[in-house]
Amino acid sequence: MSAAGHEIQGEHDHHDAHDHHHHKDTFITKYIFSIDHKMIAKQYLLTGIIMGIIGIMMSILFRMQLAWPEESFTIFKVLLGEDFAPNGVMRNDIYLALVTIHGTIMVFFVLTAGLSGTFSNLLIPLQIGARDMASGFMNMISYWLFFLSSVIMILSLFVEAGPASAGWTIYPPLSALPQAIGGSGAGMTLWLVSMAIFIASSLMGSLNYVVTVINLRTKGMSMTRLPLTIWAFFITAVIGILSFPVLLSAALLLIFDRSFGTSFFLSDIFIAGEALHYQGGSPVLFEHLFWFLGHPEVYIVLLPALGITSEIIATNSRKPIFGYRAMIASILAIAFLSTIVWGHHMFISGMNPFLGSVFTFTTLLIAIPSAVKAFNYITTLWRGNLQLNPAMLFSIGLVSTFITGGLTGIILGDSTLDINVHDTYFVVAHFHLVMGISALYGLFAGVYHWFPKMFGRMMNKNLGYIHFWVTAVCAYGVFFPMHFIGMAGLPRRYYTNTAFPLFDDLQDVNVIITMFAIIGGIFQLVFLWNFFYSIFKGKRAVMNPWKSNTLEWTAPVEHIHGNWPGAIPEVYRWPYDYSKPGHDDDFVPQNIPMKENEEELHH
Amino acid sequence: MTSLLIIAVLVLLGIAIWQLTKIFHLTQVGSATHNENSEIANDRDNNINGYLMFAFVGFIYIFTIFSLIKWGHLVLGTPASEHGPQYDNLMAISMWLIFTVQTITQFLLHYFAFKYRGNKERVAFYYADNDKLEFIWTIIPVIVLAGLILYGLYAWTNIMFIDDEKEEALYVEIYAKQFSWEARYAGKDGVLGKANIRYIEGVNTMGVDMSDPNAQDDITATELHLPKGRKIIFKFRSQDVLHSAYFPHFRAQMNVVPGMVTQFGFTPTLTTAEMREDPRIMDKVANINRIRSEKSADLIAKGESALDPYSFDYLLLCNKICGASHYNMQMKVVVDEEDDFNEWLNGIKPLSAAVKESQKEVALPEIPVRTEVPNSTADTIITVPVDSTSVSQVIRRN
Repeated sequence: MSAAGHEIQGEHDHHDAHDHHHHKDTFITKYIFSIDHKMIAKQYLLTGIIMGIIGIMMSILFRMQLAWPEESFTIFKVLLGEDFAPNGVMRNDIYLALVTIHGTIMVFFVLTAGLSGTFSNLLIPLQIGARDMASGFMNMISYWLFFLSSVIMILSLFVEAGPASAGWTIYPPLSALPQAIGGSGAGMTLWLVSMAIFIASSLMGSLNYVVTVINLRTKGMSMTRLPLTIWAFFITAVIGILSFPVLLSAALLLIFDRSFGTSFFLSDIFIAGEALHYQGGSPVLFEHLFWFLGHPEVYIVLLPALGITSEIIATNSRKPIFGYRAMIASILAIAFLSTIVWGHHMFISGMNPFLGSVFTFTTLLIAIPSAVKAFNYITTLWRGNLQLNPAMLFSIGLVSTFITGGLTGIILGDSTLDINVHDTYFVVAHFHLVMGISALYGLFAGVYHWFPKMFGRMMNKNLGYIHFWVTAVCAYGVFFPMHFIGMAGLPRRYYTNTAFPLFDDLQDVNVIITMFAIIGGIFQLVFLWNFFYSIFKGKRAVMNPWKSNTLEWTAPVEHIHGNWPGAIPEVYRWPYDYSKPGHDDDFVPQNIPMKENEEELHH
Repeated sequence: MTSLLIIAVLVLLGIAIWQLTKIFHLTQVGSATHNENSEIANDRDNNINGYLMFAFVGFIYIFTIFSLIKWGHLVLGTPASEHGPQYDNLMAISMWLIFTVQTITQFLLHYFAFKYRGNKERVAFYYADNDKLEFIWTIIPVIVLAGLILYGLYAWTNIMFIDDEKEEALYVEIYAKQFSWEARYAGKDGVLGKANIRYIEGVNTMGVDMSDPNAQDDITATELHLPKGRKIIFKFRSQDVLHSAYFPHFRAQMNVVPGMVTQFGFTPTLTTAEMREDPRIMDKVANINRIRSEKSADLIAKGESALDPYSFDYLLLCNKICGASHYNMQMKVVVDEEDDFNEWLNGIKPLSAAVKESQKEVALPEIPVRTEVPNSTADTIITVPVDSTSVSQVIRRN
């Protein structure tokens, strides 16, 4: 690696920087407390991947319990220990703990920090033509707070009474009263502390992204010349800033209720043979506060994935993204609507049914920008010259699961229909497809596509193909059958369904789901091996392997702090001039000036 | 046995990966000349993956059809409430819409991925936007969704807005606690007595205010009986954490929230006996009993006791995570003809009588203090510390 400089604003030639300067770049400042956005992006990615391994392992454990209820497994003994799985049989409250921590880790630590943290950090400065983030130091703090919150979340797994077990939505009173479930003791305290730190981290990151996008764009990079990735990251950061503080306040009030005897969310509780003193609070208030973040969170997870997909689909179709302005408009519309639909999680929470009507209306409106996005993706493929790289496959896969999962949202967003499928496996199928799997595909697509930029090497494409096709089949294999057991009335978060003979006929479906989950889980090892092997042994990458238009591919393969060795490239065109008639190549990077008489389309 | 099976699957998968890598490596041999060694898709990759994309839409279709045939019958059948058919109708319309859109869009997506798979000669069509097209696929969802929203809101209003003035309605309180349900009927006066968890004492497990005149004829039960054809208005209360009262066969659900009373109303239209005669339910029960007898055979072979055969009953399930035994929080629901229902209800003595009896029993050893307790709790609403201790003592005694 070349000497990374502190010369962020240096206008002189950096090519020979290492001849002149002797930077005191120690291992610690380069790899650990780095303020270089590219290194921070890699740190986010690595932490996200580790958390992802834990989260997915957990899901396989509880899927095994669901398929073969209360059977003894050696793997439970090994991973959960005698305490959580006596004689290898998973305890019922530990099942709930696994479900809870799986949800928390996947939503916040993998798909929020791991996805948005990685690619916002990597791409925002590189694609807008900036030397680094607006505040590299704050960026570093943001990562280390995220790391700290991950460590605390992992530590909570080792609490004697078990980690938080009230579901990832931690509705009180269950989450407030250790008498109600063991995990609501020290485990829940650690959960709340971890999330409070996570929120601080997320806010610092988001503020940085917003400021960077607004202020540090290179010459010529107007807002309507931004790649759609940047638009997505930018808007994601804005809704993060607007909604995460509300979760922080909910967490703080819950901490007060738990530790200082206040009654924000609790009232009239009689538990363990004793009437508690709480009076006048309401759990419904917590639900409002939680989902005020919780729903935008879905889009915080999804929008970056859609942004990544837009970029990858255009590049690999060798075609402009269809309806660039409509794509931006739909990102804005989704972001706006996402903040006024949270009530659809609460149709039957006991809130006034009139509110339910309002939220049904706003929720179904979200289908419109989502449909526009899906159709625009499909039209982008039409008459393209599709280069089916692994990243492209994952992007097409994302569009497929986004449609399948999104369509069932029409049912869940309708307050009437929600009555009977609320909290059943139908919901599990819906949100896993539309935000879980889709966002995960976005993450994979991004990793395959920008791996050369991050590590200067290529990932093995054949392993990538195997990874994609097995994952694509297994993802549908896991979540498609769940619609049926959900419509049979099977509630989620049940440790076993054997208490109800009514559900006996669903058991073989559960076995099939679990088999797909296990196979799909195992094939993620292909990805992991490919990822780590390629970091060290992958083929050397060229500067612009995918023949892409955006600015990050004009930066040298070798990372330098400041991104470009000479002056920052200037921008003359939008990022989607692929296969434009009148040019020799089928791509025209943004830093190539317009030819004489070249027409700039009203995109 | 299962672990052996899993190990076998793992081994086979390992072999599969190994072989797949080999195949992919072999497919590369010929194409290595152009585009040497870069890990970028070449024409051959585009071809293979293009065909696989086309195969994938086939997979989606076949898997969908397979699921519909194999698991379609699992979906809840004949609704047992008055609003049920309307619910099912809206669901059917939405489902048709979803399947249509899904079939078309997935086809287009994967077909284009196949048809326009890249090769050296192909040049993509520079096509950045088309206002007309975009307008079309904005306006179509708008119109379709407007229809769905209107129908949905109409149904929602019908179901959720309960007319409390309706005279013939039967008021039933559903009371939830970790991990069981109780029911309380309003009795002859048709009004539920006041209640608060701070009145919980002895047999008065739901905390009914025994000084309230309306509470005197209230009747409690641990099995929910409902008369057919009469509007039931449920009032839900919880004593500890959130629960959700889920009646899947009646297309009814409402969360049960500590500290507030929530409500839901429906009219049962089929008695338990009638539902047991429903052809789909009969098939379902026969199928479940076949599964259970197979399981029983296994259990007996292992020296354990066999499972009971299953007969259909309506159920009330808890559908909001509420603690370790959430998965087993249920109550049997029986729908009877009006006469049978009344007979059943009259056979249960009111809560007030049970409370008086238990007070007598308690009063015998420690004469004045114990008899005072219920009255004092009833009068002073929230004198917390005194009440809670006395309550907990009594509970422990029982």
